[in-house]
Amino acid sequence: MAKRPADDKKKLDSGNPKEDAIEVMATVIEPLPNAMFRVELENKHQVLAHISGKMRKNFIRILAGDKVAVELSPYDLTRGRIVYRYK
Amino acid sequence: MPIQLKSADELAKMHRAGLIVWDVLTALRDMVRPGLTTMDLEKFAVERMAKHPGRAAFKGYRGYPCALCASVNQEVVHGIPSPKRMLREGDIVSIDFGVELDGYFADAAVTVPVGKVAPEVKALLAATCEALDRAIEKMRVGNRLGDVSAAVQTWVEPKGFSVVREFVGHGIGTRMHDEPNLPNYGEPGRGLRLNEGLVLAIEPMVNAGKSEVRMVDDWTAVTADGSPSAHFEHTVAVTPNGPWILTRPREITGPSW
Repeated sequence: MAKRPADDKKKLDSGNPKEDAIEVMATVIEPLPNAMFRVELENKHQVLAHISGKMRKNFIRILAGDKVAVELSPYDLTRGRIVYRYK
Repeated sequence: MPIQLKSADELAKMHRAGLIVWDVLTALRDMVRPGLTTMDLEKFAVERMAKHPGRAAFKGYRGYPCALCASVNQEVVHGIPSPKRMLREGDIVSIDFGVELDGYFADAAVTVPVGKVAPEVKALLAATCEALDRAIEKMRVGNRLGDVSAAVQTWVEPKGFSVVREFVGHGIGTRMHDEPNLPNYGEPGRGLRLNEGLVLAIEPMVNAGKSEVRMVDDWTAVTADGSPSAHFEHTVAVTPNGPWILTRPREITGPSW
């Protein structure tokens, strides 16, 4: 069976860890230093989340009590990345 | 993933898988006749495989649905067997089959004429088969990957045929598609130096017309200009004594197919 080199590239793309993340809803519990936040997920788990680079660049302010979307790495479920703040 | 060179022990394991590939492929080659469908070939291959240890390597590979690839006429590679695809007198069918046994793979293919075929088509098959022989002959310690690639290209292109670019031969061993890629075009003296224990699936895919192909589904590639396409393949190891074709019995010598 012949190999299709174009498929190799596809494999590299999906190897990007940012694409494997699980996105969940969460509520911010408390702000921490270095743009980190403790957030509570819908399933009541508390995780440490930082702000995505895109949100930081656009100065999206996050306060305790805000509803946010968090991406969790499948490798370390105790850490996440805040990717959206709901109004 | 680095290139894996195989020990004599591993080569023996691959050869065992290769002999099963040979048994199934030669049986398929001998049964091809007008009126059969490509699904008939698939069914036969599955039955024949059941008598052997190991498993058909293609089934489930990246979601491929069958044990066999059967590519008719302008289909270049990876034709999916179908009960609707009937072989007619004058067709050619490329049959591609692989086996996994004890964690090692072997992969081979042959293009078979169905009954009598046109002289141009016969010439295409002969040229592609000989291109494979010439590429295998380059599988010697100290040669380079480009020598193997160029052996195919320089043999078929002067005859007015063309070499498919989108698909390539490949390293093979504990994975079916491994490093390195082996295009069927290239410059002699360039590329990876061949060393003892390197195993490649060498598979010239040659079109009678232009080299462009297009995909008709997730798998099947056809020539863009509708010209017939031939495909021959063996799994070949570099040894100190020269090339060793793992996908056929050692007693058999002479032309590869």
